Amino acid sequence: MTDPKEMILDSGDAVKSRIKKTAIYFFLAVWGLMVLFPFYWMILTSFKSLGEYNAENIPKFFTLSPTLENYIEAFTSVNLLDYIFNTVIFTVLTTLIMIIVITFAAFAFARLEFRGKDLLFTLILSLMMIPNELVVITNYATITNLDLRNTFTGLILPSVTSVFYVYLLKENFQSVPDQLYYAAKVDGTSDLKYLFKVMIPICKPTLITVTILKVIECWNSYVWPRLVTDDENYFLVSNGIQAIRESGLGRDNIPTMMAAVVVVSVPLIVIFLIFKKKIIEGVSRGGTKG
Amino acid sequence: MEKNNLKAWLYLLPALLFIAVFLVYPLVDVFIYSFEEGYNFASQSFFGIGFYNYKFVLNDPYFIKALVNTFILVIITVPVSTILALLISMGLSSIKALRNLFQTIYFLPYVTNTLAVGMVFMILFKKTAYSDGLVNAVLSLFNIAPVDFIDGPYWAKMFVLCFYTVWVVLPFKIIILTSALASVKKEYYDAAKIDGTSSFRVFRKITLPMISPMIFYLVITGFIGAFKAYSDVVAIFGTDLNNAGMNTLVGYIYDMLYGDSGGYPSYASSAAIILFLIVLTVTTINLLVSKKRVHY
Repeated sequence: MTDPKEMILDSGDAVKSRIKKTAIYFFLAVWGLMVLFPFYWMILTSFKSLGEYNAENIPKFFTLSPTLENYIEAFTSVNLLDYIFNTVIFTVLTTLIMIIVITFAAFAFARLEFRGKDLLFTLILSLMMIPNELVVITNYATITNLDLRNTFTGLILPSVTSVFYVYLLKENFQSVPDQLYYAAKVDGTSDLKYLFKVMIPICKPTLITVTILKVIECWNSYVWPRLVTDDENYFLVSNGIQAIRESGLGRDNIPTMMAAVVVVSVPLIVIFLIFKKKIIEGVSRGGTKG
Repeated sequence: MEKNNLKAWLYLLPALLFIAVFLVYPLVDVFIYSFEEGYNFASQSFFGIGFYNYKFVLNDPYFIKALVNTFILVIITVPVSTILALLISMGLSSIKALRNLFQTIYFLPYVTNTLAVGMVFMILFKKTAYSDGLVNAVLSLFNIAPVDFIDGPYWAKMFVLCFYTVWVVLPFKIIILTSALASVKKEYYDAAKIDGTSSFRVFRKITLPMISPMIFYLVITGFIGAFKAYSDVVAIFGTDLNNAGMNTLVGYIYDMLYGDSGGYPSYASSAAIILFLIVLTVTTINLLVSKKRVHY
């Protein structure tokens, strides 16, 4: 059987479809450039020397004398390394604690029986509608009153629960066949052992997705760290970048600022390129930024 | 069963503890704050209970400015980004070569630090004593006089903000719509092809109805996200948003809470509740419209 479309395809149609294809590629390429250009510009600027940058009345699209001096300057004149170190600690601890907390909660909701389970789960789900802006005011007061400003504890504690991820993980846990659980029970396996030996290995893909999404969120967080830290020793990268911008350095030395911006942006881009498939899949299932 | 009962609560304990302290208690507390007039952080005292905080916020010119800015941002960026994402996703699903590459590139803004890349946009648009900046250099090719997009006229600043917002929110929308388009059954298209249906008609009668739930999902999350715009604005215009005339509702809340103009948690709470009510109303309207229009 031949494709009916092929039989009626005359040369006019072929030209038409080629024009259409070209137009589509052109359109996609234009937006691709729009996305890439800021990245190109930030890398380019970070390699221009300060003198060269300031002398350019009309910015140039290339540089003939790339220099690393901005990177050296970015690491020496501000505590960029400390900001990165803080962000890594914050990201690792927050993500780790959150994964532990939500795994146990999701397991209880998915597998264990207790009175009021459905009611409690519905109540918790309804909390998903609550915007962060509404609770951040009291949390700020709580952390301040507990004297936890400018501490990692204060930074981390309010960020370690996510109602949405409990929900996502619970759904995944529930898809594990009941028979496995009963078989394990007959063998005398404890719930805890069952969780670690069976549930977690089976649901690893979801756990990895949640981990990556949380890492991205932590690396980019700005509002909460800004509220609870004013001591530079506890700045995360976002706050560090903002502080650099408002200080003299950001105003006068744009190439150095761009070097800092590159350093801050690269880790996540590398993670993305490594875990591309997982991240895109995870975002289409559970992403919320937008 | 009884044993299980207690153990289940033990598994839940950490999560419930965090949810109670950092989600439920603050939720109740923010309403209390919003009615306590003249609440003072340091002495934890207030002098009355009533609607004064709301009255103050609604009469504050900075709040009105933030409200107007936020609404303009929402009204422009939600439709523009949704339509653009739809066009890009449709383009993506109609090609084979380079598709993966384009998808990777389009996703990049999602994983970048909003503050960091916003600064690149600021530099591209900024006009300084030395240079008019790249965007102005390009505009001058078309004989358009240079405009200061960062400290200049209001519409120019709003343009940069909308442009950056669309740039930031597109990856999420493209991902969602691309997978929605991929899930439309091929048989429908094959049937339409045999009938010789025009491609515009195929789009209107097959594609659009099939992906309409996802489009509405994006519109709803888009509205919610745009109403909460803040970090992107700080990235471009700095932290003194009132001075720049570019404050948003969330920015107003944080300014009331913290920083040079801060120390007024009651005003911040009232503003947060007003924001919540606006988002709730808009979301409800969206849901009502989608009930009528969306084909599940």
